[in-house]
Order: sequence, then structure tokens, then C-alpha cells
Amino acid sequence: MSRKLLIEHAEVPGIASYETYRKHGGYASVEKALKTMSPDDVVEEVKKSGLRGRGGAGFPTGMKWSFLAKPEGVERHLVCNADESEPGTFKDRYLMEKLPHLLIEGMITSSYALGARRSFIYIRGEFMYVLRILEKAIAEAYANGMLGKNILGSGYDLDLVVTPGGGAYICGEETALLESLEGKRGNPRMKPPFPAVKGLWGNPTVVNNVESIAAVVPIVNEGGEAYAKIGIERSTGTKLISASGNLVRPGVYEIELGLSVEEFIYGDNYCRGIANGKKLKACIPGGSSVPILPHYLVTKTAAGTDRLMTYESLADGGFASGSMLGSGGFIVFDEDQCIVRNTWNFARFYAHESCGQCSPCREGTGWMEKVLYRLEHGTGTLEDISLLEEINKKIEGNTICPLGDAAAWPVAAAIRHFRDEFEWHVKSPQEAQTRNYGLIQAPLEA
Amino acid sequence: MKADHPQAVNEAPIEFSATTMAEMNRVIGLFPEGKQKSAILSVLHLVQDEFGWVSVGAMNRVAQILDIQPIEVYEVATFYTMFHLDPVGKNVLEVCRTGPCQLVGSDDLITYIEEKLDIKVGETTKDGMFTLKTVECLGACGYGPMLMCKYQFYERLNKEKVNEMLDAMREASNS
Repeated sequence: MSRKLLIEHAEVPGIASYETYRKHGGYASVEKALKTMSPDDVVEEVKKSGLRGRGGAGFPTGMKWSFLAKPEGVERHLVCNADESEPGTFKDRYLMEKLPHLLIEGMITSSYALGARRSFIYIRGEFMYVLRILEKAIAEAYANGMLGKNILGSGYDLDLVVTPGGGAYICGEETALLESLEGKRGNPRMKPPFPAVKGLWGNPTVVNNVESIAAVVPIVNEGGEAYAKIGIERSTGTKLISASGNLVRPGVYEIELGLSVEEFIYGDNYCRGIANGKKLKACIPGGSSVPILPHYLVTKTAAGTDRLMTYESLADGGFASGSMLGSGGFIVFDEDQCIVRNTWNFARFYAHESCGQCSPCREGTGWMEKVLYRLEHGTGTLEDISLLEEINKKIEGNTICPLGDAAAWPVAAAIRHFRDEFEWHVKSPQEAQTRNYGLIQAPLEA
Repeated sequence: MKADHPQAVNEAPIEFSATTMAEMNRVIGLFPEGKQKSAILSVLHLVQDEFGWVSVGAMNRVAQILDIQPIEVYEVATFYTMFHLDPVGKNVLEVCRTGPCQLVGSDDLITYIEEKLDIKVGETTKDGMFTLKTVECLGACGYGPMLMCKYQFYERLNKEKVNEMLDAMREASNS
């Protein structure tokens, strides 16, 4: 069984309260950092840990922190991205609901490292009940001297505020989140300037995902080097995986990076296989924005090696035969699922969530949705499949933020691996309305 | 009147209850001096909590409270999909329709609720008890199919659970 660094105590009764959390070793990282380490020491440990952003992009957290501008007399901020809205991802909700103090502890230790004295947690509006849990925990932290003036007699002051979004996927993009936090529409900003230079209200700002901030706690407690010993290559530490779709046991799992995909899907300690005794058809391993993999590329790479739950192994083969770890939103399809229908469903999602600022994304996502609707509902043509590929090329790389790419890549991957199924929808529209295509054959088997 | 009506700005502001105002002042106070606009989403949630939806009159009052132009409230309220800009039923059922929920039966769930309440998505029952909406991913993918009502998540739904849920909501709204 993997070591759990984040959610080991998640099911302990009363762990959401300050007292119980403290009894289980909570707030040790705040004591250690504020009493025995300089802010730069903390940044150094995070760099050594190799921690990579857990929101989806996988950018090294320590490096992101080191970019923060520190002009004299200008306030800096740490903003926690709790806008969890990438379809397939629900790990941050679990962490915040069960262990609110773990996030708060991470916010204090990380804010100290960055010299932020006013930090924010921006949580998606639909998680209002989780916001209430966090508010209560924040009040407890103030009452116990972990927030406010002169924390633990260190001379360090920190105020922490949790505030809700209003239902917009785009606000998970960090500059859109900052716009939203300023009380505006969530339109992503042009970069540069990056938030590290001009972020919230024009002040230098770091935006980190909930899980990244929580991971700072074990990193400071055990040291960056110890953390980096877990995992493989540049995939260090543990990762929360949100498992959904047609699994015997979907849910949130903390894994050591490097676990095999086979073990994760079929192992007794994890998802226990495909529900209802069915076969695996496909898997989207990192949230709806990453390429889908057909069954023969899920547990093995194209080269025939075991596929592992790491940033590198899931990307093995590039876009031709690989995918990405992304947010760890692991979506599993059984043999009865229709890839065309699902691709249309996600295209509709992106068309709905495009902020409308950039034409290629605003128009392109709408077009893709319409074309995929035709294909799924039996009125598509073979030209429509090429049209989708063409629209894709016009979106990717041509927008301010990555939503355009996130909308385009999954469609491209679905066509790449399931072209036969798309063509079958065109050639046998009647049949496609009455039954599913079934498993696609691997090119070698064909 | 809608927020995009040319006369929207002339619609009379409506007053909020003392409880709502107290809570609004608290959330505005969480932000530094001069940055009260940052509280706008919290404030709009509070408006919706009191009235069930966000009217133009309410938006005009929010503009006064935050000391900003009405257009700054309209553009925000119309961007974020959680805010209902038309009157709704006492219980708004927001069913997740996105991929992971679809894999485990959200299409059937939506059809079942439509039949059960005799309304289509986007409509309200004649007695004003329920409005049915579909929404994009609510971050509960491992526990689908699911819906949200009054910030509460109803997960791993099947027909029996939906029946019980609807009965309980009806009872709570009638008492």
C-alpha cells in the first residue's frame, strides 16, 4: 500500500476540527517554518522536493515561487485555486471537506515562504458547503493564534480569506481567477505580465492549486529530499487521483507516483476493475482536457512497456499514442460507451465554458459542438470528420489561454484513435442509434 | 426587465433584509479598503439566497452597496452561470450533464426527472415547486449521476432516491 502524505487522517472522526487535527500532528509545518526556517529556506525545500503543480499543468511549484517579484513596499499575495472544475476532477473537494486545516496549514507555511500577508482561497461557488467548513476552520485557526498578528510569536502576520466563484470553468485558469477575485468577468489576461509580477490588484501574486499547497506541509515536515525520494524521475511524491466512470470503486485515491496504471484500475486497494464485469474501452487519465487513450494504450505504452501513473509515462508516445497526468481526473469507459457521444458531450462543455474573448475559441468550440452533434445524431458526413480536424488546427495555439487547446486536443485524440467508430456513425447512422460500436481494434491486431 | 434592456439602469433598486445586509457587510469587510468590488460574487449569492433569483432591481441595489456602476454588476451577473436571471421555482434542480456523469447515466436521470415532474429542462412546474436545469461538471464525478439543489449535492442517484428527494423537498417547501 502506498504511503499517504495528504489524506492519511481524512476519515478520522472530528479531524475537521482544530483540536483533533492538532492532536494528529497538525500545524507542525507552521511551527517548524516560522520558528526554525527563513522564508527562503522553505522555498528551497519545495524546490528540492520536485513538487509539480497539481492543478493540471505540472509546472514545478518551487520554480513558480522563485519567480515572484519582491519590490520594496509592495504587498504580495498567495491565492489558492480551489475552483476545481476540470471534468473528472473532484480531489480538492475531498481534501478541503475532510481536512480543511491541512489546506489552511499549507496556506500559512506557503504564505510565509512567499512573504504574503494577505492570502485568499478562491473556491468554486457550487462548493458553498465546503466554503462554510473552511470558514469555520479559519476562525478556529485565528482563535488559536495560527492566523492574524504575530503568529507563534514570530512577528509574521497573515490574514486568510475564503471567497466563492459563481459557476465558470474558465476561472480555474489563473489569470481568469484573478479577474474574478477582483469582482469582474472571468476573462483570462494576456501574459506577460505574469501574475508573479502583476497579479491580484496589480500586486505580485502566486496562484497554486489546493493539492500543491497541501503538499507543502509534508515537504516542510519531512524535508524536500525525503519527499523527492518517493516517485520516479521527475514525478516525485504522492498524487491525489479522482477516479470516475465505469469502475467498481470510483473515488479519491492518494497514490505514490510510479504506481502502474494496471494496478490502479484493477488492484484491490484501488478501483477494483471495470464495473459490472465489462471490458475496458478507453480512459482519459488526467481530466477532460487531455487526450483519450484506447484500451490497448492504457496499461501499456505503444512501445510495450508498462504504463505508470507518472507525468512522463502517461505522456509516453506524445500525442500519437500518449496522454497526460493533468489534474489526475481519471475517467474510465466500459465497452458499452459511445466515443462519439462522449466527444460531443465534452465539446458541448467547452463551447458552454468558453469565455468568448478570443474568436478561434468562441466560434471554434461552437462549431465543433454542432458538427459532433450531427455525427452523433446520424446526420453527419465523412467530410465532417475532416472539418473537425481543420477547426482543431485553427483553435490550438491561437488563443489567450489554454481553454482553446483543452477543447481541441481531446477531439483530435478521439478521431485519431477511434476514426472507425466515427466513420461507422456516418455509414450506418440507423444502426448507430440502436447499439454501441463496441471495442476498437488495436492497429496491430487489425 | 433584463440586464441588457436599455432602461435597466432606471429600474428601482429593491431593498434587502436586515440579515442579508449584515452578511453583505461582513463579506465586503473581508477585502481591503477600496477593493469592495471583490465581494461581488459573495454579494450576488446572498441576493439569490434571499429571493431565489437575481433581478435587475437587486443588481441596481448591489451597485449602490458596492459603490460601482450598474453595468459592472450586470456584466458579472450575466457571466457566471450560477445566478438565475429569471424567477425560478422554490427548488432548482441542477443536474450535471458532463462526460463522467453521462458515463454513469445522467441522460436517463434527466429524462426521468422530466417525466416525473412533467416539465422539460429549463421549465418550472405549474405549482412553482421545481425548476429543472442542466449544468456542466459540478466536481462530483466519482459519485454520479448527481444534482445540486440549494448548494446541497445529491449523489449516486437512482429512481428511488429521486422520488424520495422530491418528496422531501416538497414537504420542506410546504412547511
